[in-house]
Amino acid sequence: MTGTGTGSGLAVRDVVVRYPGAGRGAPAVTAVAGVSVDVPVGEVLALLGPSGCGKSSLLRAVAGLEPPASGAVAWDGVDLAAVPVHRRGFGLVFQDGQLFPHRDVAGNVAYGLRGLPRDARAARVAELLDLVGLPGYDRRPVATLSGGERQRVALARSLAPRPRLLLLDEPLSALDRSLRERLADDLRRALVATATTALFVTHDQDEAATVADRVAVMSAGRLLQVDEPEALWRRPASREVAEFLGYRTFLGGGAGAGSGGGSGALAVAAGGWRVLGPADPEPGPATPVRAAVVADRRTRRGRAEVDAVLEPEDVRVTAALPAGGGAVPEPGERVRLAAEAGAVAVVGG
Amino acid sequence: MSTATRTTPTGTGRPGSSARPDGPAAPARAASRPPARAWAVGRVASWTLAAAVPLLFLGTFFAWPVLALVGRGFLPDGALDLSGFADVFSRPRTWRIVGLTLAQGAIGTVMSVLLGVPGAYVLYRCRFPGVGVLRAFVTVPFVLPTVVVGVAFRALLRENGPLGFLHLDGTFAAIVAALVFFNYAVVVRTVGGLWQRLDPRPEQAARSLGASPARAFWTVTLPALTPAIVSAASLVFLFCATAFGTVLVLGGMQYGTVETEIWIQTTQFLDLRAAAVLSVVQVVVVVAALAVAGRARARRERALQLVAPGSSGAGPARPHWAPAVVTAGVLVLLALPLGALLLGSLRTGDGWGLDHYRALGTTGGRNALTVTVWEALGNSLRIAVDATLLALLVGCLVALLVSRRPRRRAARRAVGVLDGVFMLPLGVSAVTVGFGALLTLGHPFGIATDLRSSGILVPVVQAVVAVPLVVRTVLPVLRAIDPRLREAAGTLGAGPGRVLLGVDGALAARSIGLAVGFAFAVSLGEFGATSFLARPDLPTLPVVIFRLIGQPGADNYGMALAASVVLAALTAGVMALAERFRGPAGGEL
Repeated sequence: MTGTGTGSGLAVRDVVVRYPGAGRGAPAVTAVAGVSVDVPVGEVLALLGPSGCGKSSLLRAVAGLEPPASGAVAWDGVDLAAVPVHRRGFGLVFQDGQLFPHRDVAGNVAYGLRGLPRDARAARVAELLDLVGLPGYDRRPVATLSGGERQRVALARSLAPRPRLLLLDEPLSALDRSLRERLADDLRRALVATATTALFVTHDQDEAATVADRVAVMSAGRLLQVDEPEALWRRPASREVAEFLGYRTFLGGGAGAGSGGGSGALAVAAGGWRVLGPADPEPGPATPVRAAVVADRRTRRGRAEVDAVLEPEDVRVTAALPAGGGAVPEPGERVRLAAEAGAVAVVGG
Repeated sequence: MSTATRTTPTGTGRPGSSARPDGPAAPARAASRPPARAWAVGRVASWTLAAAVPLLFLGTFFAWPVLALVGRGFLPDGALDLSGFADVFSRPRTWRIVGLTLAQGAIGTVMSVLLGVPGAYVLYRCRFPGVGVLRAFVTVPFVLPTVVVGVAFRALLRENGPLGFLHLDGTFAAIVAALVFFNYAVVVRTVGGLWQRLDPRPEQAARSLGASPARAFWTVTLPALTPAIVSAASLVFLFCATAFGTVLVLGGMQYGTVETEIWIQTTQFLDLRAAAVLSVVQVVVVVAALAVAGRARARRERALQLVAPGSSGAGPARPHWAPAVVTAGVLVLLALPLGALLLGSLRTGDGWGLDHYRALGTTGGRNALTVTVWEALGNSLRIAVDATLLALLVGCLVALLVSRRPRRRAARRAVGVLDGVFMLPLGVSAVTVGFGALLTLGHPFGIATDLRSSGILVPVVQAVVAVPLVVRTVLPVLRAIDPRLREAAGTLGAGPGRVLLGVDGALAARSIGLAVGFAFAVSLGEFGATSFLARPDLPTLPVVIFRLIGQPGADNYGMALAASVVLAALTAGVMALAERFRGPAGGEL
């Protein structure tokens, strides 16, 4: 066996995953086109990307559910190609839980604990149900659980055998927004409390930033950038990454006028502009300021906003009004817009 | 090892010995051989074994007898002789029989569908008190032995029977009515099972766009149901076109199917060549019907968005009046033959009484039988237990095999072929199987004792007939299991064996209850093959009933009715029990 990784933990090297074509003679579909990434022990890495970008296929290849067409998956430097799914010691949480319908909550959580004495098993089940915030749910049939409760049970089930690595495949995507936000916090807490190494697949940027230590942005089967959330949002490696992270407006290189995007350009997030009022202090030199013509007015969440067209770039943006109130600019009026400090990124820095 | 004592989440670092409680055996094996190859070899070996058992079983007890019989027709002197085709097809009798078979199948199918679809709506889409009882009642005719159905219709339609004034006894209409009686449940259950789980929102959307209930049904619901209807119709056609016991009892010499004709040619005229030709004709018809059914089923499994029964608040509480009236009428008609059978069994020469039931302890008037009816019942039960166990073993292996979706295309195609092959016994003439077994299975594999006189062939051949039903019951449940559920078990450390047992096994267990019921009922009522193979001193109950109605004397006829009631009660009881044990996810036929 050859060591393919250097440190301890998960090492993915040049993994390619292909699916056979749908019909006879149809070409194979390449879902993952050569991805290399490391997850050191104790770290939570988020795989972030739009649906269909191959992130779930990569996860399945790591789990051993999908044989990679080429490349290697290794743990602590030992290649896993020969190790079947059930001996890898990798837990997996699905989007819709996939609880065993014929077992109750405790029966699901205890599934991976075979070989433990009965009372040790019961204690571990109780411990896990406590951890995920469902104490006393042992005897509940899984059919009576809500969507959020199911995902908590699925998490407890996967954590119970203390997996070397926990794989999470969009575990929160099937839930509604407020529940998702709360569960993302709980998930982070559970992973930290158990010091679990995890690979977390999601298409939601906020979720990735909440749960993970580092975020890997994936598109069309390739990794575009791997970084800590803060660094990622501050310095996205390319316009594609920036767009996926929620940046809408791309300004020419530096604060001045320029070529409109590309290397060294500034990106401003959606909702990152405000109208400079006469009473506002003049912003610093790092803050992009643009002249713009108001195109429209409207209200969002009870606050007045304007749509305006930036004069140098000729792109339409939405800008908030100064906190002090005052007159709302009329359509056709010329205003000055400033980007909020936290909403600006340097692309390809 | 170590889950409980491990302190860090890092694992042990050796792939073969991950931090699993069930790991100890694996590292030793992994050390001696490359584990990937060991796992692959083990998997291929166990699946090969799983395929070999049913293939060997059906090859020996189904394919060989059938091919041997067909071969005797075409290879009379060891040389191929197809003149039999020309000869048999030049007889007007053959064309009449083939025409009757197709007419019977077509008319029986159309009527079953026309009556069964409203029944599916009322019994599976609507909710009212007693619907569960009615659903169970509708199933009763389907599990009745064919001989009993024939006897019940004779009891209803004969000259001094309750409907004797219609003068339908011995007519084509009587045969079709009996076939519809028998197959109504197939349509109701197949279509109803789908209808129950159909998402009602498209229909609601159609209604909100201004469609009348009738238009919403025609344009939205019916198209969604079509695959189930086609699937049920092809199955009904199959059952009608290969009907044996019912037609033999009701049709006499005047009406028949290819199946009864095979029986007559072999047992009455000893014309094996004609029988072989007719067997081939039947196989062609059966394969065509199964192909249609398979295509329809495949489309149905692909295309429909289903919901859990009742989960969508589906269905009107009160059924529309038109289907309700039709269904009520059908239910009364279903009850008539059963009532006539029961009444007839209680009617004695001078009034009413249990005389015929008391006579079941005798061998009949003028010693019509070699054993008492109760002894025949005992034979039937013993044989049914053996046949059920065999059918269950083979059927579950087949279902397991066919439910897999292997990665390799060649393997996937092989699974598809096996799926069709294992369905063949459903339609190949049971008479052919029985007679072929009688001809060929004297000393298979050099076994010293003659299997034909040992009585061992009866449960074996009944199991052959029951296997397709077991497969059809268990397979949908296995196919419906989300593959990710197995993957979840795998990532939790369950090996392939434990996944099979803990996921597939546990989820299919409920449907196995229903499969047991079907297999047991089929075995109790099997007549076509059993009539050839049952030893004269060990007849089964249907064989005894058929003998009794062939004998003169009102007492023997009364005994036949009483024995039919006993057999009917027994099969219905077995099915009721099986239905109780199955879960909400149980498979339909």
